Amino acid sequence: MHVTRRDALKVAAFGAATAAGARKAEAREKREAPPDATGMLYDSTLCIGCKACVVACREANDLSYERHSRLYDDPVDLSGHTCNIIKLMEDGQGGTAFMKAQCMHCIDPACASACMMGSFQKRQNGIVTWKPEKCIGCRYCQVACPFNIPKFEWDSPTPAMVKCQMCLAKAGTVEPGQLNEVGQPACTEVCPRHAVIYGTYTDLVEEAKRRIAESPDRYEDHVYGLEEAGGTQVLYLTAKGVPFEALGLPPLGKDSVPSMPVGLQHTIYKGFVAPIALYGVLAGLVWKSRRAHDAREAAMEKEMAP
Amino acid sequence: MSDNGFGRHGRPAPVGGEIWTPIMKLMVGIVAVAAAILVYRWIFGLGAVTNMSDGHPWGLWIAFDVVTGTALGCGGYAIAIMIYVFNKGKYHPLIRAALLTSALGYTLGALGVVIDLGRPWWMWKLPIFFWTWNLDSIQLEVALCIMLYTGVLWIELAPVFMERWQKEDEKPRLQAFSKRWTPRLRKAMPWLIALGLLLPTMHQSSLGSMILLAGPKLHPLWYTGWLPFFFLASCIAMGYGITVLETMWSRTIYERYRETSIMNALSGAMVFVLGLWVVLRIAVVAFTGKLDLALSFDLYSILFWAEILLFAIPAVMLVRRPVRTDADRGWLFLAAGMMVTGGALHRFSAYWFAFRPGEHWNYYFPSIPEIIVTMGFIAAEVVAFMYIIKRFPILTGRPSAALPS
Repeated sequence: MHVTRRDALKVAAFGAATAAGARKAEAREKREAPPDATGMLYDSTLCIGCKACVVACREANDLSYERHSRLYDDPVDLSGHTCNIIKLMEDGQGGTAFMKAQCMHCIDPACASACMMGSFQKRQNGIVTWKPEKCIGCRYCQVACPFNIPKFEWDSPTPAMVKCQMCLAKAGTVEPGQLNEVGQPACTEVCPRHAVIYGTYTDLVEEAKRRIAESPDRYEDHVYGLEEAGGTQVLYLTAKGVPFEALGLPPLGKDSVPSMPVGLQHTIYKGFVAPIALYGVLAGLVWKSRRAHDAREAAMEKEMAP
Repeated sequence: MSDNGFGRHGRPAPVGGEIWTPIMKLMVGIVAVAAAILVYRWIFGLGAVTNMSDGHPWGLWIAFDVVTGTALGCGGYAIAIMIYVFNKGKYHPLIRAALLTSALGYTLGALGVVIDLGRPWWMWKLPIFFWTWNLDSIQLEVALCIMLYTGVLWIELAPVFMERWQKEDEKPRLQAFSKRWTPRLRKAMPWLIALGLLLPTMHQSSLGSMILLAGPKLHPLWYTGWLPFFFLASCIAMGYGITVLETMWSRTIYERYRETSIMNALSGAMVFVLGLWVVLRIAVVAFTGKLDLALSFDLYSILFWAEILLFAIPAVMLVRRPVRTDADRGWLFLAAGMMVTGGALHRFSAYWFAFRPGEHWNYYFPSIPEIIVTMGFIAAEVVAFMYIIKRFPILTGRPSAALPS
């Protein structure tokens, strides 16, 4: 191909939008927990693994039992039938530690930024909920969630997305800014050791820090969820010497998952200016090319005419 | 497309001949088996036929049918860039076949999404309920663009059908329809062609941004802000590659000869795109301090170098031995095959191989029914392609004896 300088310029212009976006895109600004945010604090050192919370969660959310053995109910992980589970983990030093898994209710949730029509949204109290009427079951939320929380009903022809909604559905309508009417989600309500507690986000952060300060020998000096993935409204404390990774909580950076890709996309598509401008340029090029082409055709026809 | 401009290659004409050849019957058979599996899937759920899981929520259907399938359907886009952006009218003889491949690729890609959706009954809300659109959702842009572009492709291809319907042996209703709409279509065409250039630029790059939302689950060698650029550039390379393969195929099967000079010129464009891609792919990894990952020779670094080699080798091949004569055909075929494979591997890696939900999730490999459904999609494409080129004016070219040298 004979490449002229004009052609090279066109190539440069054509690729400029994405290239510029890739280089200059700044992460989306950091999001803070909403002022009415509530959440949960799970203290792995207090949990005795009685699983009362697992049963309470089933009842509160009308979830069916799960059977993998002859036991009555033995979920092995979160699934389309289970949105809260207590796991016994190897702590990496020959011992064990309990872990409660459920939705983390991220401050900047990846599932909500993935969701095309906003089925997943941060709603009152900053709780991330799923509404069925706009979900088409694309499962982009599952791809996006760094904690692998939203679950899909693989065995159903009419599947729903299943995950902890902090029992918000139980509460009925709650005015924004008000606390959940039932006072507590089912799991925190039944916990005999208060290993998991419910409260406002700011209170929970304070409480977690207080426990570490009070018993520095008992806890790792880190509150998981304070900064991980941009912050989560569910916070974790772990026993001294037991890394959060052993509990199944992935080591994550301070930036929320959507901040880079969504920031990049918003940079490229800012105000939809780039696509409209590109369309204008392309329409001009097509028009020019066709006009030149028609002129050639007309000249040829003239020549052919007797 | 313009009615003229096909020059020495002759006007496109239907290939004619028997429709129900043994190959066609075999293809229809595969489609039927796939359809039966899909019926089962709609009754018993996705888990009953696929190996997808909550850890690997996207499988072969998304990685191949949608993400790779639409990129294989970028021939129309790549050739239109040559014709309209670079004003190279000589590629006109290739455009109809390229557009047909694109229209089929995108239609099947869109269908691939539908069979993968868990709750497709709310799908109709997506293009209509604009007030509920989540403008943060990268997938929203991809979905709307692909819907729109599939429509644009069929309208761009409409003159092919209009031409056929104008023939006197057609039904009067079709003749009247064609007579009425052909001039309007001609007027609207420049705007549609420009849209046909804009939309793939948007969604093929956004397919790259889209998987970036997997964040820490995506291997760092693919997690880069340049991924949209890599997806865009590689879809153009794949578009050229697939057009070359398609041209050679129609030449062998239907004896539609075209000048090798066209292929030669295309290979220049391919070298440029491939070279740029390879240089940037390595540079980005080097400048973001991930060279150690690239040189660790684990599965991911091998995948990384494999996609680079599948682009670098054809680029070198085409530079060292440009396609000038008929004898170079095999050479070009090999190069085109490699770049199509390279682009596909890049997509498979980003959407499947390099997607790591966590240690306790089993590695995903598609089930037999999943693979058969994908084969059914490919078979459906072949059936539609063969039927349309036999009945409608798509292919240009003449027997070699009639070709001016």
